[in-house]
Amino acid sequence: MFLMHCPHCGELRDEEEFSYAGEAYIPRPAQPETVDDATWGDYVFFRKNPKGWFWEQWQHTAACRKVLAVKRNTATYEIAGTWTLADAKPLYLADLDREVKA
Amino acid sequence: MSGTRVSLAGTRIDTAQTIRFSFNGRDYTGHPGDTLASALLANGVRRMARSFKYGRPRGIIGAGAEEPNALVQLGTGALTVPNIKATQAELYDGLVANPTSGWPSLDFDLKSVLGRGSRFMPAGFYSKTFKWPRKLWPLYETVIRKFAGFGSAPTEADPERYDHLHHHVDVLVVGGGACGLLAALQAGQAGLKTLLLDEQNELGGWLLSDTTAQIDGRNSEAYIRAVRAALQDLPHVTVLTRTTAFGMYEQNLVQAVELVQDHLAPTQRNADMPRHRLHKIRAHHVVLATGAIERPLVFGNNDLPGVMTVSAGQTFLQRYGVLVGKAIVLCGTSDLVHDAAELLASAGAKVTVADVRHGAKARSNRYTVMAGYGIAEAHGRGEVSSVRLVPLHAERDEAAGPGTTLACDAVLSSGGLSPTVHLFCHDGGRPVWDESVAAFVVPRTGRKGVACVGAVTGTFELADALAQTTQAMQSVLTSLGKSATLVVPACPSPQRMAARPMFRLPDGKAEGAGAKAFVDYQNDVSAADIELAVRENYHSIEHVKRYTALGFGTDQGKLSNVNGFVITARALKRPVSEVGTTTYRPAYTPVSLGALAGTMREECFDPSRYTAIHASHMARQAALEPVGQWLRPWYFPKPGEDMHAAVNRECLAARNGVAVMDASTLGKIQIDGPDAREFLNRIYSNAWSQLAVGKCRYGLMLDENGMVMDDGVTACIEPDQFYMTTTTGGAARVLNWLERWHQTEWPELKVWMTSVTDHWSTVALVGPKARAVLAKLCPDIDLSPENFKFMDWRAGTVCGLPARVFRISFSGELSYELNVESGYGQALWEAVMEAGAEFDITPYGTETMHVLRAEKGFIIVGQDTDGSMSPLDLDMAWAVGMKKPFSFLGKRSLARSDTARAGRKQLVGLLPEDPHAVLIEGAQIMQSAVAQPDGNNRMLGHVTSSYYSAFLGRSIAMAVVAGGLERKDQTLHVHAHGKVTPVKVSGSVFVDVKGDRQNV
Repeated sequence: MFLMHCPHCGELRDEEEFSYAGEAYIPRPAQPETVDDATWGDYVFFRKNPKGWFWEQWQHTAACRKVLAVKRNTATYEIAGTWTLADAKPLYLADLDREVKA
Repeated sequence: MSGTRVSLAGTRIDTAQTIRFSFNGRDYTGHPGDTLASALLANGVRRMARSFKYGRPRGIIGAGAEEPNALVQLGTGALTVPNIKATQAELYDGLVANPTSGWPSLDFDLKSVLGRGSRFMPAGFYSKTFKWPRKLWPLYETVIRKFAGFGSAPTEADPERYDHLHHHVDVLVVGGGACGLLAALQAGQAGLKTLLLDEQNELGGWLLSDTTAQIDGRNSEAYIRAVRAALQDLPHVTVLTRTTAFGMYEQNLVQAVELVQDHLAPTQRNADMPRHRLHKIRAHHVVLATGAIERPLVFGNNDLPGVMTVSAGQTFLQRYGVLVGKAIVLCGTSDLVHDAAELLASAGAKVTVADVRHGAKARSNRYTVMAGYGIAEAHGRGEVSSVRLVPLHAERDEAAGPGTTLACDAVLSSGGLSPTVHLFCHDGGRPVWDESVAAFVVPRTGRKGVACVGAVTGTFELADALAQTTQAMQSVLTSLGKSATLVVPACPSPQRMAARPMFRLPDGKAEGAGAKAFVDYQNDVSAADIELAVRENYHSIEHVKRYTALGFGTDQGKLSNVNGFVITARALKRPVSEVGTTTYRPAYTPVSLGALAGTMREECFDPSRYTAIHASHMARQAALEPVGQWLRPWYFPKPGEDMHAAVNRECLAARNGVAVMDASTLGKIQIDGPDAREFLNRIYSNAWSQLAVGKCRYGLMLDENGMVMDDGVTACIEPDQFYMTTTTGGAARVLNWLERWHQTEWPELKVWMTSVTDHWSTVALVGPKARAVLAKLCPDIDLSPENFKFMDWRAGTVCGLPARVFRISFSGELSYELNVESGYGQALWEAVMEAGAEFDITPYGTETMHVLRAEKGFIIVGQDTDGSMSPLDLDMAWAVGMKKPFSFLGKRSLARSDTARAGRKQLVGLLPEDPHAVLIEGAQIMQSAVAQPDGNNRMLGHVTSSYYSAFLGRSIAMAVVAGGLERKDQTLHVHAHGKVTPVKVSGSVFVDVKGDRQNV
């Protein structure tokens, strides 16, 4: 029963107010008809499943109904931060970049 | 000989009053302040239980939550509770308790006969036996179940109440012993909102068992009294006793259960108060002052009644005035054993201390010390009567001789203290083995927001603990913005002889060759069992636990775990620090289900939702059905009608005359914005670009895998505004779905969504005479069929109310859904009933609604679909707009090889050969009448919807069948409950295949 700061409401709220919305920033293929079944299947079904830091989406369904981005550690449950989707995008991309380089 | 009551200064019982109670059918007396355990011991009762596997007689070992043996069935009838530890049951007048083991009785237990074959029942034996023959498994299970477990669950409903209380505090202090009292005082005096919890009935912790402590010049009792009074005077400090913090969760959420009235006789309880209260506490700072629990030493026959821990012996004497024996042998590894020896001797017992340390000396001449000796095994029939003491090697854990036998009637052992680390470790962390104190401890520095003080950190000396507490509280105060400087209370630091950590005492034999030495009493796990687990190659401590059952049980290994971990480490020849501990999980001690439920039971378990028209339905004796949280009319039986008669009548009225249904529960979402139309094109499978204002269209919603997830009619209210309906159960899910897609994928679309489910009441007027009824109520809409076509909607006035009238139909009949502002729903309904009276208007519910739509082959999402049906599977290609420019949700997946393959289950109709046979929904469909599946005879599908159709005078059904659309007119067989029903595959539309009736 953890607390999360909703960037839209500007307050710390209880976990019960939010709904989990899965991995964040999954791009929908711009031209679905041009990708093969394997690529499309990847997009529909496969998700990163890290033990550690994970960028995910939560929706504040019991309040403002906005979707927020959360960087959470799946092993320790520590929450590094919560942001609007727009604010977190560059941070997410920077993390991806670091991952690729590592 | 066994326990007796003695007179002693500083006990916590009221000897001036006498309490009557009964145990195992016999009557006894005790005093207020006693626990059931102390009172029984005072009465000379020792045998409390029979062990789990071997049926060995067992007695009380501890004095508190760590007790593994003395489980009782407390109370009778509706108030009975199984497996309360006698050491935690506060005595009240009239208390009735019974043992939870021993069959047919405690004195003669049949299992103990089996126990003589214990050689054949080591740990894990049941994983290797009871395998053959396979057909006896149900018998094995019945027999084993009878032997396993303790106590009986209540068979009557619980008449008592429970509730929850939320707290938000600056500082939560868990544990009201010396350190906890100090921490709470320091926090409270600094002006912080403080909550102090203690598991016991009064504050003090170990100070209640050790009156010799000196804090700021006060003895234990005076110190407790002074702090308690000071805390009471601080208005923002709350103290809760009888309250156990059982779990610690993210961000300093702690849950605790308070036993509000368990200490009172049932007749004395206040019916307006709860029996247990669950406290949910969010604290800026948690201070864990949870102390430590003494562990016993492991030696042969250490499970005989009369063998206890040193701290238990001390506590029963000092707190309850009960001397556990007349000739007591103590065996210990540290000075703790001498504190107890002094006290017991001064109360009149003959005390001998076997101190494993070679240089040990008695503190006075009141008792004898055998230095360098340990217990090899205890002896006795049904209770301890002697021990064999052996001299120990000075460095190695070995016996150095055969030793001597000493007669005794009680044996107390102490292997040292095990810090109560549980709450700190509930986040998945493990404690750390501190070699210097031979204990698993939590870090002195705690962690962010959690301070740990006292014995839980391995700081076992009072003076050190108080200093540590003060230092920790200084940091807590600073972090909470308080600048007070704290002073450490004065406390003497006595000289201590170093401890000699020992765990499994040697008996001069190989492990398993001598008397059984128990590690976990409640699960009959011996030291030999642990070594067996290691020999069988279980090397992870988690595996050793599961294989032996070490640490299972209601005591959760409080006395046994550390001994077990060390024995495992020695067997593995690895350091204890490497072997580590098993995982700590809530709850620390058992919590009643009632406390967890609180007031969320019966009507308060889940919210019930009713439409604004509900009172009208109740006045007409509607039977109700839950749909999600809504309670909807199911059918409206007239006097003498059963469900079938009512539904048949309602269906005929809807098709032949006029009927009316409350459709207010359907989800409704208003979608606004210049890009609303584009948005609909993306989230629905069908096309919306040409839908004009004043028109409605059925919308099919697919998930990204191309499977149907919801459906409903959506109307174009204005060029930039649409009114979407969803299934009743799907409303919230669909709104979240729409929001997610908009916000994460298409934020550039100017569209916004508003839930309006509760804003509108909907009355569906259905049947050939519907227009006639509506005409009486609606003066300003041209209802003629040329000007108000099927799938149109109009705004107007219905019985004086502004209304939207949707000419849509879920029944296939002429149908108008009247929407008014929700608060006027009941007025509209009654007006419709009155206007329809001359046409014999018939109210109908969800059952009739289901039959009518099934007769037309309309799907119900979630009944005929299960998330694995595509629109093509449902024969709804007409609802898929493949030509839409945007690749709508689910479109690409329709072309996936699996979604497009032949032989998928497809929606069809079924007509049973016997027109009066109504198939069971969910029944399996097979080619043949033979039930046994083999290579050729497989399940082809199942029945999704099945009804008796009064209109057709026969049964109908919808089903999904592999390749169903190719099987028209084939005969298949439906199997359910051993019956086989032959059916013919048909189209799924049974009534008015051309669809003329809704167009009239």
